[in-house]
Amino acid sequence: MKITLTLNGLSREVDLPPLVRLLDALRGPLGLPGTKEGCGEGECGSCTVLLDGAPVNACLVSIGQCEGRAVTTVEGLSDATHLGPLARCFVDHGGAQCGICTPGMLISAEALLARRPEPSDEEIREAIAGNLCRCTGYQRIVDSIREASRERRQAGGAS
Amino acid sequence: MTTAAQNASSARPPFIGTNVPRTDGASKVTGRAAYVDDLPREPGELFGATVRSPVPRARLRGITLDPAFDWSDVTVVRASDLAVNEVQCISAEQPILAADQIRHAYEPVALLACADKRKLAQAVRAVKLDLEPLTPVLDPEQSLAKVDVIWGDDNVHKRFSITKGRADLPDPAASAAAIDAAIANCEVVVRGRYTTHHQEQLYIEPQGVIARWDDKGVHVTGSLQCPYYVHKALLHGFELAADRVHVTQAVTGGGFGGKEEYPSVIALHAALLAQKSGKPVRMIYDRKEDIEATTKRHPAICEIVSGCDRDGTLRALSIRILMDGGAYMTLTPVVLSRGALHAAGVYRWDDVRIDAIAVATNTPPNGAFRGFGAPQTIWAIERHLDRVAQELGRDPMDLKAQNMLREGDTTATGQILRGSVGVAECLEKALAASEYHEKRKNPPAVRGRVARGIGASVFMHGAGFTGSGEKHLKGRVAVDLLPGGRLRIRTASTDIGQGTETVFRQIAADATGLHLADIDFAVPSTSYVPDSGPTVASRTVMVVGGIVERAAREVAARVRAEQEAGGGDFVTAADRLLTKEREVTALVQYEHPGWVAWDDGTYKGDAYPVYGYACDVAEVEVDLDTLEVTVTGFWSATDVGKAIHPVMCKGQIEGGSLQAIGWALWEDVVWKNGLIQNPRMTNYIIPTALDAPPMHVDLVEAPYAYGPGGGAKGVGELPMDGGAPAIAAAVEHATGIFARDLPLLPEKLLELQTTRKG
Repeated sequence: MKITLTLNGLSREVDLPPLVRLLDALRGPLGLPGTKEGCGEGECGSCTVLLDGAPVNACLVSIGQCEGRAVTTVEGLSDATHLGPLARCFVDHGGAQCGICTPGMLISAEALLARRPEPSDEEIREAIAGNLCRCTGYQRIVDSIREASRERRQAGGAS
Repeated sequence: MTTAAQNASSARPPFIGTNVPRTDGASKVTGRAAYVDDLPREPGELFGATVRSPVPRARLRGITLDPAFDWSDVTVVRASDLAVNEVQCISAEQPILAADQIRHAYEPVALLACADKRKLAQAVRAVKLDLEPLTPVLDPEQSLAKVDVIWGDDNVHKRFSITKGRADLPDPAASAAAIDAAIANCEVVVRGRYTTHHQEQLYIEPQGVIARWDDKGVHVTGSLQCPYYVHKALLHGFELAADRVHVTQAVTGGGFGGKEEYPSVIALHAALLAQKSGKPVRMIYDRKEDIEATTKRHPAICEIVSGCDRDGTLRALSIRILMDGGAYMTLTPVVLSRGALHAAGVYRWDDVRIDAIAVATNTPPNGAFRGFGAPQTIWAIERHLDRVAQELGRDPMDLKAQNMLREGDTTATGQILRGSVGVAECLEKALAASEYHEKRKNPPAVRGRVARGIGASVFMHGAGFTGSGEKHLKGRVAVDLLPGGRLRIRTASTDIGQGTETVFRQIAADATGLHLADIDFAVPSTSYVPDSGPTVASRTVMVVGGIVERAAREVAARVRAEQEAGGGDFVTAADRLLTKEREVTALVQYEHPGWVAWDDGTYKGDAYPVYGYACDVAEVEVDLDTLEVTVTGFWSATDVGKAIHPVMCKGQIEGGSLQAIGWALWEDVVWKNGLIQNPRMTNYIIPTALDAPPMHVDLVEAPYAYGPGGGAKGVGELPMDGGAPAIAAAVEHATGIFARDLPLLPEKLLELQTTRKG
């Protein structure tokens, strides 16, 4: 089945059985291995992507559900030459250690900041509660997101 | 002009002690970092799968392939195909595939490979095992009592004894009698039994490797901590020469010990399938298989009897440690040793006897997990001292402060602490930052159905390998001069998230005056990095970082000598030297400080060259109706000697502390008849961002004279040690419930509360 979607801002077409997991479609035929698989059952959040702006677990979404919709992955948050501000804050403030949860974590944070430009720490923790990290203890992820929100507001809301 | 020349010729502020952006950061936040499952498919590649035992103990009478299934494109490997059926670890009694005996549930029995993943899953179901189930031994105390012999002659993987003072007698019975007498003579005697449970490492990236064979031998790339452990296991398993085995680390999504020894097993499996099929084989565990089949933290039972003076001076200590090693020995003797060496806590004792035993059970082998035996025994001694404080009517932290080791004091193994003992400062800072004394003075605050409490722990953790371990290991690092005045570090120490490659660059840059960007870090591959020893035991920065520092300094000195002799700037001299000598490399081997003396026979002497110290404080809220515990704040002051990269250093402490909090409150492997009932992230509960408290970490720096960068010592494991006892003390403060057993699940707390009231 041919499926057309907008992936990181570009129109893409894939020919796949509609029940193929979005995660497998991204990592395989669509060539974007940045989205990670940690559990395959929607618990760890490593495969979080945005579907029409809302965070979803790509292991629980079928490619058929993405027809005509917009998908954003971690590859869409930075460009080839420089890091997006949120991504840079994770590097600068210790938000990434082993890095396997980081793509999903960044996507959840991106969705939060789009919705709540000035989140409280509690709102940050709520927004990433579906993304498990075993390395950091979360404190530095919270710090990274808070700092990104501050920088974005200083830059006049541009991301 | 390059940065190398600019920085080598002019002084710049040091990188050590600053928070430079982690050098693998950009690749990780853009999704470009290639973990093993992200590596491109190789031509003809197959997926591998493992057929496992569904029962914990059985005779394996046969394996049948369902004749109705099409096996034409499936590679099958059984024990009978293997020339050597041994996983080389400390011992080699663990089979690569079970041949005729099943010794634990999920034990590998056969291996399958197929290009089609879906067909592979069907093939696993089409393998029938003919099993004659036997009664398993699942309880370590039953194993010790030899209700049935399942391992060796007596089920015992290993025994150690540590003796000090009046108990230091060669005859075990006389020593035991002496410690009993010493305790009996004390004014206050306290007894207790403290237990801890399994814990799953739960790195977010599951275990995985890719194996292939060519005319150079076997190549394995995978998610792993210790390339040379896998190298050794492959040498042994395939009877190959050292240069025929090539093990490379892919970017690794967490390890925590779980990728220390286990990757040898999955590497052997994938290599066997690749050898038989003649094709590359990728094996990636799914989460359930990973939780079920791989190693976990050893459960432990600690029985303690202690004696002290009425004024709180600790005198005599007797501890019996029993650990559950699981079905095979793997690293159990070393875990047991670490547990025993940390069992006396951070305290002065005149007389000590510690008896440590690890036994086999028909459960999956337990193995390396951050802390490596110490969190189990530190849980016991910290809870025990809380009990002693109760008995004396003292605040536990006052009692602990009174008895903490100082410089010049002697540990249970007779080691005299020669310096870098920052524990008093840790205690003072953590208690002040958390307002422990103010909060502890008043009775616990109860509002509605919520009671608040605060508790603390203080502890130490040895850095580097135990005793003579580092002497035997002889860790090595190479530093090469590259064109343009750049350096390359070659080491087998892996970055599994903790920041090794960044910190090593900082150390090498400051040792030479070069810029960070002028230091390369070679991908750890046994084909071209020397054996630096494993990435374990809080040794990477302190031990291997020290060798990096020496090797980098040596190369820079040769360039500077060339500069003096022939003139020119650093880059010109470096390139001239390279042209002349073609290869400029310093290969440096670790040297233990000369004064370190350890006797493996008597277990006496300098167990570690130095210790890290910390004081943890937890504040909790306990729901008095449900007895659910929420950690509302967590403080740690940790003596790391010297923080090379303060942000990453605090990241280690916060991450380790949250693993300790998880172990204390929620993480529980539920067993039934030797099988795991909760092998999923849905029901094996690790903390989320909402469960994690705000963390407040203070770094204390009591430099270690032999540590790199101005005195760094190990920090990797230390933060796993103190969280659980601090939380238990806080729960006790809030509710009066004194817990001796982990985890502190509401139903267990309820049971304790009911018993107390009744």
